[in-house]
Amino acid sequence: MSSEEIIVRVRNLRKWFPVRTGLLHGLISREKRYVKAVDGISFDIKKREIYGLAGESGCGKTTTGRVILRLLEPTAGEVHLGKQDVFALTKRELNELRKRAQIIFQDPYESLDPKMNIFDFVAEPLVVHKIGNEEELVANALKTVELTPPEEFFYRFPHELSGGQRQRVAIARAMILNPEFIVADEPVSMLDVSIRSSILKLMFKLRDEMGISYLYITHDLATARQVCDRTAIMYLGKFAEETTTEELLKNPLHPYTKALVAAVPVPDPTARKSKVVISGEIPSPIDLPPGCRFRPRCPYAMEICKREEPSLVEVESNHKVACHLM
Amino acid sequence: MLDVQNLKTYFTTRGGAVKAVDDVSLQLDKGDALGLAGESGCGKTTTALTIMHLLPSNAEVLSGKILFGDVDLLTIDEERLRKEFRWKRMSMIFQGAMNALNPVFRVGDQIRQAILTHEDIAKASAWERVEELFSLVGINPDRARDYPHEFSGGMKQRAIIAMSLACNPDLVIADEPVTALDVIVQAQILELMRSLREKLGLSMIMITHDLSVIADTCNKAAIMYAGKIVERADIVAIFKHPEHPYTQGLIANFPSISGEKKGFEPISGSPPNLISPPAGCRFHPRCPYAEEICRKEEPEIVEIKRGHFVACHPKK
Repeated sequence: MSSEEIIVRVRNLRKWFPVRTGLLHGLISREKRYVKAVDGISFDIKKREIYGLAGESGCGKTTTGRVILRLLEPTAGEVHLGKQDVFALTKRELNELRKRAQIIFQDPYESLDPKMNIFDFVAEPLVVHKIGNEEELVANALKTVELTPPEEFFYRFPHELSGGQRQRVAIARAMILNPEFIVADEPVSMLDVSIRSSILKLMFKLRDEMGISYLYITHDLATARQVCDRTAIMYLGKFAEETTTEELLKNPLHPYTKALVAAVPVPDPTARKSKVVISGEIPSPIDLPPGCRFRPRCPYAMEICKREEPSLVEVESNHKVACHLM
Repeated sequence: MLDVQNLKTYFTTRGGAVKAVDDVSLQLDKGDALGLAGESGCGKTTTALTIMHLLPSNAEVLSGKILFGDVDLLTIDEERLRKEFRWKRMSMIFQGAMNALNPVFRVGDQIRQAILTHEDIAKASAWERVEELFSLVGINPDRARDYPHEFSGGMKQRAIIAMSLACNPDLVIADEPVTALDVIVQAQILELMRSLREKLGLSMIMITHDLSVIADTCNKAAIMYAGKIVERADIVAIFKHPEHPYTQGLIANFPSISGEKKGFEPISGSPPNLISPPAGCRFHPRCPYAEEICRKEEPEIVEIKRGHFVACHPKK
């Protein structure tokens, strides 16, 4: 893989949120506690790739997406978008980054401004970046997301649109500046099944026609399979496993991935039933145990798992796992 | 055991009557688990609330029968319904109920309250029942003295399931019981529901938009669209030989982690407004097979094979 192909390069990314403690605790103890939402992850996204980031709630996937775009400031690590060092940018330069990288949020019922009509909402990035020619560009963007004829949507407000239409509007706004890279944070999880496919189809179209790369954040492995070329499984701020999505589902190697895959119900009554392989729920991300963070729930935990944190290593070609069993 | 016939529930709004449930029929035998599926706003929850007699004040049941055994729940008075049926013979797990536990009362006390409201027994024996229920749903009975914030999401949902079982009902209606849960916890709850059904001989109606949950737990399924049931059959027939174009579209679009990878064949358009639904078949504006008759005449639901009911003109 030559380095030109890589559009996003993430190295040792960390985002720790300080835990607010009471006054008394602050007086008697100097020790600061953190929620280690993202705790040292590295990965590359290639051009035109849809890279999936999957895991249960609280695993750090959304935080990762936001830190990469510097919607949140990182604690440590490096992110490059093309040749640009994202964390070295000043506020003003960050504005330029916004032309190249955008985000689509989970809930189109929340992410659209209810007091702004569709035209103003989609045109806002053009105004901020003083690009002009708004009428034509907005019309084109709405056409691209298949809201036609675009003029009919210009002066409508979000409450007049269905969920699927709203998400199309959000996508139109995200792509109006011709970005190279989009973070899509659960873009279809709030939508009904019959609407989902059309939004995903649209994302593929943008990838094929405009060469956009995506970081696709999801909790839903079945959708990840439909959409993502490669997928990483995150657990408590770290990657447990990363490989092509098909391989991940057919041949999961990390005990956590195995448990996740076994737990997903299949829409086929003659197929296997969902299975509970591990007990318990994700523990608090404060005061993580030493060693492997999955150890307390792992059915195969060994002595070494208590002491040493496993690192993510390539165990088969293009298949990385962070587990001492490997 | 439960026989719902031609049920119609409309809501009065300023814009007109919303035909939320329009001529719905369902049958449930003892021990059945029926999955009621459909997209948001199709009338699944309203159907359940009508059966439970828990509709808001702007709703009206225009016609139909809800036969529970041989009693028509729509003809008996509220007092008798409350004393003999609701919670005692049928109970409901409401959507998002796990977040509606009262934070200032112990979880066990809230369940005991449900028992004491419906049964004339001593407080101490009600508490014993609470502890039994906790073991039944897989929580250590000692935790009954905890407050809701001391429970994880999965435990709260288990407690809600325990509450629905408080008076030993024959039928439990579960409205999106696993929707807000993470996949591993979801699998734990689904397993619990499967085992309870077996152990207690419960009948269940599982309301969800998630077809995989239905395939995982139910033996029958009914698909709702725009206030109507468009197809119902046993689970294998629905998933393997769906007859209604809407069911076919839903299943074709439902992603799976196994089997052949599915492409995207979206159903065009979006569900209609239920104040003025389209004439004829309500699905015809989105249907790839719509014919002249579909625009004019509403299809009746008919049994095309034994136990397989479909409401579609071309399929007749």
